[in-house]
Amino acid sequence: MNFGTVIQSGIKEIGAHWFRSLLTMFGVICGVASLVTMAAFVKGKENLLRESLAETGGLEKITVESEDDLPDYQKHLEGEAKGVTLKDVYALQAGAPMVHDITPSINKSRYRGYLRVSRKGRGARPWMLQGTWPSALEIQEHEIEHGRMFTMMDDLLANNVCVIGTEIRNSLFDEMDEQGETIIPIGERILINYVPFTIVGMFKEYMSDEDRKKKEAAKAAGETRSRRNMFSRGGDSNTRRTQYIYYQKNNAIMVPLNTLVAKLDSSYETGSVLDRKLSEITMKIEDVSLLSPSLQQVRNVLMRTHKGLEDFEFETQEEFADDITLAIHNERVSGMFIAGICLLIGGIGIINIMLSSISERVREIGICKSVGATTMDVFTQILIESVVLAVAGGLAGLAISPILVNTLASLADDTTPPIMTTQAMLIAFGFSALIGSLAGLFPAIKAAKLDPIQALRYD
Amino acid sequence: MALLELRDIHKTYHLGGETIRALDGVSLDIDSGEFISIIGPSGSGKSTLMHILGCLDSPTSGTLRLDDTMIHDASSRQLASIRNKKIGFVFQFFNLLPKLTVRQNVELPMIYSGHSGKERRERAMTALRRVNMEDRSKHRPSQLSGGQQQRTAIARALVNDPRIIFADEPTGNLDSHTGELILEMFDQLHNEGRTVMLVTHDPEIAAVTPRRIEIRDGKIANEADPTLAGKAPRFEQITNSEAKPTT
Ligand SMILES: Nc1ncnc2c1ncn2[C@@H]1O[C@H](COP(=O)(O)OP(=O)(O)OP(=O)(O)O)[C@@H](O)[C@H]1O
Ligand SMILES: [Mg+2]
Repeated sequence: MNFGTVIQSGIKEIGAHWFRSLLTMFGVICGVASLVTMAAFVKGKENLLRESLAETGGLEKITVESEDDLPDYQKHLEGEAKGVTLKDVYALQAGAPMVHDITPSINKSRYRGYLRVSRKGRGARPWMLQGTWPSALEIQEHEIEHGRMFTMMDDLLANNVCVIGTEIRNSLFDEMDEQGETIIPIGERILINYVPFTIVGMFKEYMSDEDRKKKEAAKAAGETRSRRNMFSRGGDSNTRRTQYIYYQKNNAIMVPLNTLVAKLDSSYETGSVLDRKLSEITMKIEDVSLLSPSLQQVRNVLMRTHKGLEDFEFETQEEFADDITLAIHNERVSGMFIAGICLLIGGIGIINIMLSSISERVREIGICKSVGATTMDVFTQILIESVVLAVAGGLAGLAISPILVNTLASLADDTTPPIMTTQAMLIAFGFSALIGSLAGLFPAIKAAKLDPIQALRYD
Repeated sequence: MALLELRDIHKTYHLGGETIRALDGVSLDIDSGEFISIIGPSGSGKSTLMHILGCLDSPTSGTLRLDDTMIHDASSRQLASIRNKKIGFVFQFFNLLPKLTVRQNVELPMIYSGHSGKERRERAMTALRRVNMEDRSKHRPSQLSGGQQQRTAIARALVNDPRIIFADEPTGNLDSHTGELILEMFDQLHNEGRTVMLVTHDPEIAAVTPRRIEIRDGKIANEADPTLAGKAPRFEQITNSEAKPTT
C-alpha cells in the first residue's frame, strides 16, 4: 500500500470532520504549546544563571579565604593564625601546578572599615576596594573598556593608580556630558580615603543583554531619563541575583596590592609585606573536571606553609552551579508534568475520536477488506490517521507557542526573558507524534481485527 | 484439475443455544471459464456459500481449494491478496464507499495492490469505460441510480483483472430492464474467459447460465443444465439430496 496515499486519505478523513478534529487536537495543541513555552522560560532562566556564574569567574575559579575561627583541636594556637599571605601565593606558584593565575587580594568594603571615595565634593559608594595584582582582571571576569589595567610595575612602585567601574564614574563625574558624549575619566584624579589616585582604566559597563538592548533603544530614541528607572529592577530572584552581580562589578575599584598596603592600610603593622594577612587568594584550575584533586593539591601546599594550621578556607562555585542545575531541573520537571498531563488528555481525546470514527466506518472497513485490504493495511491506515491528527495538533501548538511566549513575557514584565529553542520545539513535536501513534494503537488494532463479512453486515 | 474444489463444507452459527446450519456439507467442483447460477429459497445459504467461495468468510469445517491454495487454512494476508487479485465480488447492495467518487471507488482495490496513482487512474477509467460509466467518474455514489452504482461496483470488481467474478444477487435491487443490462455484462465477462458465478432468485436469469446449482437448507439440492439452454441435461452427483429442516 502506498504511504503517500494513506497519509492523503488520513488528511481527507480529518478534513471531513474538521471541527470535531480541531476539538480533539486541542489537548495536543495545549500540550505542545505549554511544553515549548515552559522550555523557553526555563531556558531563559538557565542562561541568566549560567551568565551570572560565568560573570563571577565560572566553575574553574577557587578562592582561599583567611579564616579566623580555627577548628576546635587547634583553638589553642589561635595566636599564631595569620591567615593567607603572599608567602602562600609564592608557595602555590611554585608547588601547585594544577592551578594558575594565582592572585592575592585585600578587600575593603564600605561596610567593614573606613572607605571614602570622592572628587570635588562629590562622593561615590563603591561596593569594594580591592588591592590586588593585574591577574585579578581575568580571574574576576573584568574587562577594561577604556585605558589600561595597572601593571606589576605599578604594584612594585606602589603607584597611586586605580581602575574603576562605570557606576563610580557616574557618581564622581556623570555618565555623559552636556553634549551627550560619554565621559571617559582616564587621567583624572580622585581621592580614596583622602589619598590622591589617578584613574588609569575603566571597566566596561556590565549589564544583561536585555538591558543593553533597552539602553541602546533608549539612546537611539534620544531619551535622557535617569538611567536608574530604565532597567529591569526587582523581578524574580534569579534576575535579582544576576542584577546584583552586575551591580557589584560596576561599583568596584581596584588598586595595586602594594599601593593599598602602603598608602591606604591603617592597620598595616611594621614587618614584611609578605606576612600581611590577605583577604583571599583566587586562582583558576587548569581542568574543571579535576576540581577535587586540584583542591587537594592547594590544600597540601597551604598545610605546609601554615605548619598545619587550618586558618584558611576554600570556596568554590560548585555549590552555585549545583544550585543552578537543581533549580533548572525542578522547573523543568514541573513544566513537563503540566505539559505531560495536557498531552495525556490530548492522547485520550484522540483515542476517543478514533474509536468513534472506526465504529462509524465499520462498513467502509469491511468494503476495503473485501477488495483486498490486509489487516496491516487497515491497521496502518487508522494509525496514520491518528498520527496525522496529533501531528496537526502539534504543528498548531508550535505555531501558537511564540505568541504564547511573547504574551506571557509581556504580561509579566519582571520575569527573565524567555528563549525559544529549536531543540525544545523538536522535542515537543516529537512528543505529539508519539502521542498520536500511541493513541492510534488501540483503535487501529480494533479496526484491523474486524471480520470482513461481519463488518459488511454491520449497520 | 478444477479451478475451485469444495469438499464437505459446513458453516454453523450458534445463536442463543440454537445451532443454525447455514451450510451443511457442500461439495462442489468449478472449472475455469464456467458460468454458473445459484438459486434457492431465502435463507438457504446462498450468500454464505458465495462468501466462503469469495474468501470473505471461512467455513466451520471442510476444505476449499482455489488453484493450488488451500483456502481453509490460508493466512489472512493470503486471503486478502486472493480477494484483491483473483476474485472480483459484486454485492446486492453495491457496497461503494460514499465519501469517494466513482473513479476513486474503482481505484480502491489497486491501492491495496500497490499501483501508482497514474496507473490507478488510467486503469480505473478503462474499467469505467467498459461499464459505460466514464462520464460519471467524478460523481459520488449517492448521486447515481441503482444501475449506475452496480455498474461502478462491477468496474471495481474488474479493475484488477480477476479470473473469477462472484455476484450475490447483483440484480436484486434493480428493475428488470437494468437487471438485464447488468446480466449482459456478466455474460460478456464469461465470454472473455472469466469464471462467473452469480446468485439469483429469478429462474429466468438462472435459465441463461449453462450451469445451475440449487441450494436448499444449506445443501446442494439439485444441479442441472437448464433445458432451456438446449443442451443435454447433465446431472452430477447430488450431495445430500434429502432436504432436512435446520435445527
Ligand atoms: N451471522 C449470522 N449469524 C447467525 N445466523 C446467520 C448469520 N449469517 C447467516 N445466518 C443464517 O444462515 C442462513 C443462511 O443465510 P444466507 O444469508 O446464506 O441465506 P441466503 O440464501 O443468501 O438468503 P437470501 O436469499 O434471503 O439472501 C440463514 O438461516 C441465516 O439466518
Ligand atoms: Mg443472500
